[in-house]
Amino acid sequence: MDNIAGSKSSLTWIVHISVVLLVALWLFPTVGLLVSSFRTTDQISSSGWWQSLFPTEQNVTLRTTDPDDEGVQSLVDGVYTITGNLFDEPGAEIGVWGTSSRAIDSYIAGDTADLGDGETITVQANGDYVWTGTAEMSGRGQRVFATAATPPDFTLDNYDKVLFSGSQTDNMLKAFTNTMIVTIPATIIPIVIAAFAAYALAWMDFPGRAILIAMVVGLLVVPLQLALIPLLKLHLNIGIGKGYLGVWLAHTGFGLPLAIYLLRNYMVGLPRDIIENARVDGATDFQIFTKIILPLSFPALASFAIFQFLWTWNDLLVAKVFLIDSTGQTTVMTNQIVELLGTRGGNWEILATAAFVSIAVPLAVFFAMQKYLVRGLLAGSVK
Amino acid sequence: MHPALQGLFTIFLGVGGCIAYFYFSNQFLDKVLFPAKGENIGRNINRANLVRPWLFLFPAMFALGLYLAYPVFATLWYSLTDREQDGAFVGLANYQQMFADPKFWEALQNNMLWLVVVPAASTAFGLLSAQLTDRIKWGAIAKSLIFMPMAISFVGASVIFKLIYDTRPVGQSQIGVLNAVWLQFDGGVGSFLILRLVPGMLMICAAVAALFVVWSMVQTARSGKGGMLPTVLRIVGALILTAIALTALSFAFGAFTKTYNYGVPQTWLTIPGWNSFFLMIVLIWIQTGFAMVILSAALRGIPEETIEAAIVDGANPFQVFFKIKMPQISGTIVVVWTTITLVVLKVFDIVFAMTNGQWETQVLANYMYDKLFRANDWGLGSASAMIIMLLVSPILIWNVYNARKEMR
Repeated sequence: MDNIAGSKSSLTWIVHISVVLLVALWLFPTVGLLVSSFRTTDQISSSGWWQSLFPTEQNVTLRTTDPDDEGVQSLVDGVYTITGNLFDEPGAEIGVWGTSSRAIDSYIAGDTADLGDGETITVQANGDYVWTGTAEMSGRGQRVFATAATPPDFTLDNYDKVLFSGSQTDNMLKAFTNTMIVTIPATIIPIVIAAFAAYALAWMDFPGRAILIAMVVGLLVVPLQLALIPLLKLHLNIGIGKGYLGVWLAHTGFGLPLAIYLLRNYMVGLPRDIIENARVDGATDFQIFTKIILPLSFPALASFAIFQFLWTWNDLLVAKVFLIDSTGQTTVMTNQIVELLGTRGGNWEILATAAFVSIAVPLAVFFAMQKYLVRGLLAGSVK
Repeated sequence: MHPALQGLFTIFLGVGGCIAYFYFSNQFLDKVLFPAKGENIGRNINRANLVRPWLFLFPAMFALGLYLAYPVFATLWYSLTDREQDGAFVGLANYQQMFADPKFWEALQNNMLWLVVVPAASTAFGLLSAQLTDRIKWGAIAKSLIFMPMAISFVGASVIFKLIYDTRPVGQSQIGVLNAVWLQFDGGVGSFLILRLVPGMLMICAAVAALFVVWSMVQTARSGKGGMLPTVLRIVGALILTAIALTALSFAFGAFTKTYNYGVPQTWLTIPGWNSFFLMIVLIWIQTGFAMVILSAALRGIPEETIEAAIVDGANPFQVFFKIKMPQISGTIVVVWTTITLVVLKVFDIVFAMTNGQWETQVLANYMYDKLFRANDWGLGSASAMIIMLLVSPILIWNVYNARKEMR
């Protein structure tokens, strides 16, 4: 629309920069969690996650090989020489170093330090050293204090621990399975029930239809908080108790208004001709519904399925009230994470990994089926 | 039986049962009860068609009635009874007890703050990002990244933001971004700019904007257009906005005069007054994407002719936005606003996971959970649930009213 009256190119780059900033701001929190889940406990507590993406400068104390070890020293051109590398693992880079803890920045990489008594040591940036002496050296290895840049280092250990360690407190695998068990039936069952009702409300004529639709719209906003106690009492009275069946039923009930509303709005928009032609050809309502309406309504069904999936997967309240009993065997991931926040408030490697395990599936669903989610949102709220 | 198998079995039973119910009840209706043959064929078909809608509707209506409609009345009843006395009727005693509880007023006050800040901020950010991303080529990618937090659970988001708000003792390196940024401030010129001037100015701007809207509302109300009810609503809106403007001004004053603890890591979630805002940021972060998607669709739906005409008449981009686009999407803004309001009224997980209502961050939904399942006081819990219902009901009535209007 800008190019209508001559585009303003000076504004365009401001727009680009603003969007980059907005996106960065919105991504930053999630990226922090993701990066933290790949770091060890020590790394997390010693520096912010944003520093882990770049090499970190650390002051380290290193030691050469002990001269007393067999075959370490060799006599080259009349001087005793020990060579080797200061680091256990390659990758770090030494900037400045020293031989005394009081002057750790006396030399830069590549310099040679005079240790007295005719001994010298040369340290290269990659940790290679040459230690020479006019007399045979003895005792322990020479200490080297260095400021070294260590490259970014990431690990999968946290995921291994959270998913496969089998520990009682940290184990997310069971919670993951439980969440799956809650989510899938709670997504599918309301769709079937709602689809039939939506068809009746959209294409069948009967007295009281308008009132029923208004009722569904009203129930759409009733807070489920009101339902907790009466339904829990009902479940306990009729013997369902706390458990999967209860949580499936509750999610089905709470999801129905949105399902009926979305599906009805979509079905009303289907072409009238098709349905009337089918009627004229002698199809029953049941046949019209299963053979024509249901296949045509696939986008709306998908929209609702995503909503319900995200909502049941991310839910904490309904699971806490209707599912999780005192044994804790049926805990879901959201509840597990809240408990971890209490017991392991400082162990960010466990928390971050557990949280990421729980949000990975919804994120995958989100990016795979974003089109339907957007469509559902638009159908559900824009009038 | 293993729960996974039980789950599969339930899907099979639930879906199969539903389909079998619909199929066989239709068959029963058409073949046995009102067969479409014989001497009464016409009457039978008509009768079958009268009954059939209710066959289709019955399971859904039953579930809706049992799981949403009945609990409203049951909760109302529980709020008037006392569980200790075997459910004896106690009138408004629970409400009296609740109104005497300072924690309830704290929760209500916080909820009001949430109700103003979160929908306003989410809608504003959503509108901004919708307007910006619609103008660039990679806007779709930017949109889906800003939209992404919608998929993240409130609990997951709480963990994410707890990491941001994390605090380490003085001397250790801060692993929470907010404290790491905070420690950069030293009271110099930069600190004055960012911590005093910018927020102070923003608050003054907000106050001015609110007062401007109040002024235009009063003007319209005085002209008396559109009857009694809109005028009353305008006056109420003007009063609320005036209160907001005054609050913003007092915040602006605070921004210039407050003494800051430079160089000391802050435990953000325990600072009363501010910590609620830190919790709100989590919800704003989640809801902005929703607002953006809806508003972006509305912006695209604006007929281009209106914008072209405005540009031809010499309107600048700001005039185009505020005078041409805003009025045309105002209906959508109301929808977005009310939808986010509903989310805010039910917000539970964030507060539960991050502070559990400590340090004066209590909100109604968490207060209710506290009373129901920790104190086991069903009367008081139900009473607070009824308060939430009361706050929701204007939106409920408005939605139903609109839906009925649309169907006519």
